[in-house]
Amino acid sequence: MECSFALTGKGYVLIAADTTAARSIVKMKIDEDKIKSLGPHLLMAYSGEPGDTTQFAEYIERNIRLYQIRNLYPLRPPSAASWIRRALADSLRSRKPYSVNLLLGGYDTSNHTPSLYWIDYLGTQAEVPFACHGYGSYFALSLLDRYHDPEANLEEGLAVLRRCIDEVSKRLVVSPGKYRVKVVDKDGIREIEF
Amino acid sequence: MSRSYDRALTVFSPDGHLFQVEYANEAVRRGTCAVGVRGKDIVVLGVEKKSVLQLQDPRTVRKVVMLDDHICLAFAGLTADGRVLIDKARMECQSHRLTVEDPVTVEYITRHIAGIQQRYTQSGGVRPFGISTLIVGFDPHDTRPRLYMTEPSGIYSAWKANAIGRSSKTVREFLEKNHKDDLTREETIKLTIKSLLEVVQTGAKNIEISVMESYGKVTALDLSQIEAIVQEIEREKEAEAERKRSRLAATAAGQAAMSSRAGDAAQPSGQQ
Repeated sequence: MECSFALTGKGYVLIAADTTAARSIVKMKIDEDKIKSLGPHLLMAYSGEPGDTTQFAEYIERNIRLYQIRNLYPLRPPSAASWIRRALADSLRSRKPYSVNLLLGGYDTSNHTPSLYWIDYLGTQAEVPFACHGYGSYFALSLLDRYHDPEANLEEGLAVLRRCIDEVSKRLVVSPGKYRVKVVDKDGIREIEF
Repeated sequence: MSRSYDRALTVFSPDGHLFQVEYANEAVRRGTCAVGVRGKDIVVLGVEKKSVLQLQDPRTVRKVVMLDDHICLAFAGLTADGRVLIDKARMECQSHRLTVEDPVTVEYITRHIAGIQQRYTQSGGVRPFGISTLIVGFDPHDTRPRLYMTEPSGIYSAWKANAIGRSSKTVREFLEKNHKDDLTREETIKLTIKSLLEVVQTGAKNIEISVMESYGKVTALDLSQIEAIVQEIEREKEAEAERKRSRLAATAAGQAAMSSRAGDAAQPSGQQ
């Protein structure tokens, strides 16, 4: 089942999402990228109803890009999070709401702070030091409570992420096989071989 | 009943003109000059910048704007009209990416902009956009630079080099004389600045140059770079004038020598 994790560290945000696309009990694809780059310093992991996720993520991606082209500077992570939350909240009150859960990680280049937002399909938004969506959260949150350090460097952060993923692989009946990991920091976005 | 008549603004004159459109063209002719030049694998936009007032922030005045990663636009005419049209074009660029997952081609967005401009010459209760635009860019998966122009009437056309706005006729004639196919990067930038200098008396500080070298690679030249090229152009002009002067002097001296020999007087030809 779908799992996504994210955690902040010293000057970076790490986001990991599984890469399986499943339909009912069948795996259709095992190299799906569920983390989108919304800007030079903004990442969004999405999970939920298959069609909704792509549709909503692309809609967000294009609108954030439009903002950047119109204003010549990108939306900062807190503003982006608020805007995305609002889009979901509006959708929830429409005839056919999107059922999409998001983790939004960004690095604010103007005050050099990494920030992470947990947003769910009901339009709940919370700024958090670490976050998970999916069944993985039942195992990973306690680990993150114990081992997360906001001052950790990238290696230490990756080690904590590794703990979470290993635990989910060990204990969850329907654990996903592969994950894609991306990091955003002052230098922008890059993928990490995991 | 009469309402449907009152709403029409752009109506034919008896001899087939649309006065509103012609007035819009007049607004363009009074706008600041913009030049676009296509080179071998580069395209350059140059605009005449109005000098900002002493207390004004120059960053808020923009005449060359990005429509998408790979497309730039310059306009001449009413700035406020330009802003509205540019916003519509930017929306279309992102909307196109959303629906077909591909960036727009330069021709597509030009046709879209020209389409909007045309609509505003034929709908009720609106007036035409008082701007002409130059649109430059690269198509996705292509290395050829593109340059298009649109007019208030909704006409659009592709060009090797063109100018719009104040004194655009002078500049276009200059470009017609001096443009060659397959210009290099340096030649293209120089030709753009040279053609703008035909109408911009105040020199480098009133010129803005944007260079697009390949898909999505746009740079704006800073003042010192433009100044260096302007100085180079002036030096060349100076040298050319000097050559012309000395040639004239040489012919004059030759004639003087000839006439003096005819007069059979051995006078020294000291004049150069």
